[in-house]
Amino acid sequence: MELAFVIEKVVLVTLIFVVTLVIAMYSTLAERKVAGFMQDRFGPDRAGPFGILQPLCDGGKFFFKEEIIPAGAHKSLFILGPTIAIITACIGSAVIPWGQSLTIGDRVIELQVTDVNIGVLYMFGVVALGVYGIMLGGWASNNKFSLMGAVRAASQSISYELAMGLALIALLMVTQTLSLKEIVEQQSGFVNWNIWVQPLGFLIFLVCAFAECNRVPFDLPECETELIGGYNLEYSSMKLGLYMFSEYINMFVSSALMATLYFGGYNFPFMYDLGLSQNWITIIGVIVFFAKIFAFIFFFMWIRWTLPRFRYDQLMNLGWKVLIPLAIANIVLTGVITIINDTFF
Amino acid sequence: MSVFYFVAFLSIFFALMTIFTKNPVHSVLYLVITFFTFTVHYILLNAQFLAVVNFIVYMGAIMVLFLFVLMLLNLNKDTEPLKSNLVKFMGVIAGMCLLVTLAASFRLLQISDPVVLKNPDIGLVSNLGKVLFSDFLLPFEISSILLLTAMVGAVLLAKNDPKKV
Amino acid sequence: MITLTHFLIVGACLFSIGLYAVMARRNAIMVLVGIELMINAAVLNLVAFGRYDSEHYGGQAFALFAIVLAAASVAVALAIILNVYRHYKTINPEDINHLKD
Repeated sequence: MELAFVIEKVVLVTLIFVVTLVIAMYSTLAERKVAGFMQDRFGPDRAGPFGILQPLCDGGKFFFKEEIIPAGAHKSLFILGPTIAIITACIGSAVIPWGQSLTIGDRVIELQVTDVNIGVLYMFGVVALGVYGIMLGGWASNNKFSLMGAVRAASQSISYELAMGLALIALLMVTQTLSLKEIVEQQSGFVNWNIWVQPLGFLIFLVCAFAECNRVPFDLPECETELIGGYNLEYSSMKLGLYMFSEYINMFVSSALMATLYFGGYNFPFMYDLGLSQNWITIIGVIVFFAKIFAFIFFFMWIRWTLPRFRYDQLMNLGWKVLIPLAIANIVLTGVITIINDTFF
Repeated sequence: MSVFYFVAFLSIFFALMTIFTKNPVHSVLYLVITFFTFTVHYILLNAQFLAVVNFIVYMGAIMVLFLFVLMLLNLNKDTEPLKSNLVKFMGVIAGMCLLVTLAASFRLLQISDPVVLKNPDIGLVSNLGKVLFSDFLLPFEISSILLLTAMVGAVLLAKNDPKKV
Repeated sequence: MITLTHFLIVGACLFSIGLYAVMARRNAIMVLVGIELMINAAVLNLVAFGRYDSEHYGGQAFALFAIVLAAASVAVALAIILNVYRHYKTINPEDINHLKD
């Protein structure tokens, strides 16, 4: 473990962390801008040109608000809740390959924090941990509505994790590896993207990603009209900010994951035919990757202002009676096609 | 090497916290940390796949279920009546006797080989998968049936019977 | 040097702790927690043994099956506890002493 390697990784981790936070910050602005666009109004435009200072104002407001811990709340768990939420949101980005390698001098720098050979499972574990933050926060608030939101969040998250895992299994049958880096490398060019071989799997994964991020139309844990706010009802100040922030980070990470798994990651069409040097391919790849991520984030927001919220039993029915059977059918279909391919072609 | 001692200490410490904490929710959270130390143990033993499975299944699913049930039953107050000291004493004696017996029997054993990497790829997903689908195919299929049965059984048990109520 | 015995001793400690929880707690969920600890101690032993089985990977395969069994049993056990609570309004195993009436 040489020093340069450590420095390189520390710089990379810091960079990814900062980029994640900045994107999450500006997602809040983008959300309101998109809402304005959808509803034919301007959205926030007072703080700075086009309102680009709005997230800073929001952050400042969160910091300076009064910090309230309810008298009946369980203090340590009340603080632990948002902490876990934000940590699990952030550590997911560790295995995502952001780009190919950069060559500076004679050093080759991989634009991925770590290429573990079980990257997909790692992501899955992190997603599974995310529910603790919500559950603990909701329970520790000592409020019926919070608890109800927390229980809803937990059952929703567990139910949709199943369908998500089954959709991933079909994908893994095609890719035959669990390493995210290798999955991306297999999808070079345009025709090799996994979306063309796993359209149904992608659809299931997309729906489950919406549910895991607690986004509309699956935002039952925090619906204002039924639960006056949901699991974060008793939270104020920066703790509420952390919950909201973790939600936007989750959105960013799951967008990155979908782009990685199904849309070729940093690959773009004709990437080796343009006669570019490796460094340029890498840089353009990173830009393309982020463009894909932004497209997904926009899609998240688009859906938010298009579809109404599900009723709770509809949500559970969709998860257990539609998505899981579909995912299993997808696995069987993938298996049959693989066997036919192997034997006849 | 020192990593092992540290992690072993943490496992035992948090396991003790698990059973001596009064509040069930705290106790379940300590158990989550204990399971996390198990994950580290598995990585030390070069069983990466098992480590991740432990992480997902235990920390992600089973412990969430525990928390879920605790929250549904609303047992967050210290409602658990204390057992008489006699029973606790018996529990301690039984646990310690078992521990002493096990430790003594380990001492009698030959000092085993150091845990070395006989086959460094032993825990990789592909190798374990090949073994599961060749040598252990029948148990694998049976366990899948068992899981299905457990799922149906759990749903049936937990469901409110509309006719009864 | 870390030998197999080290792992076995850790497993033994955890098993004993789990046994204490099973015997001394008066809350069915805590008893279940104790059982989980014991199962995990056994799984740790299996994985440690698996280091010596380079041909069949038996240790890790059995550990995997043990985890599956534990997961299935926990799901059913928690469902039973929920039902018992609904019926008796307590989950102290010693108070649940009526047959069906």
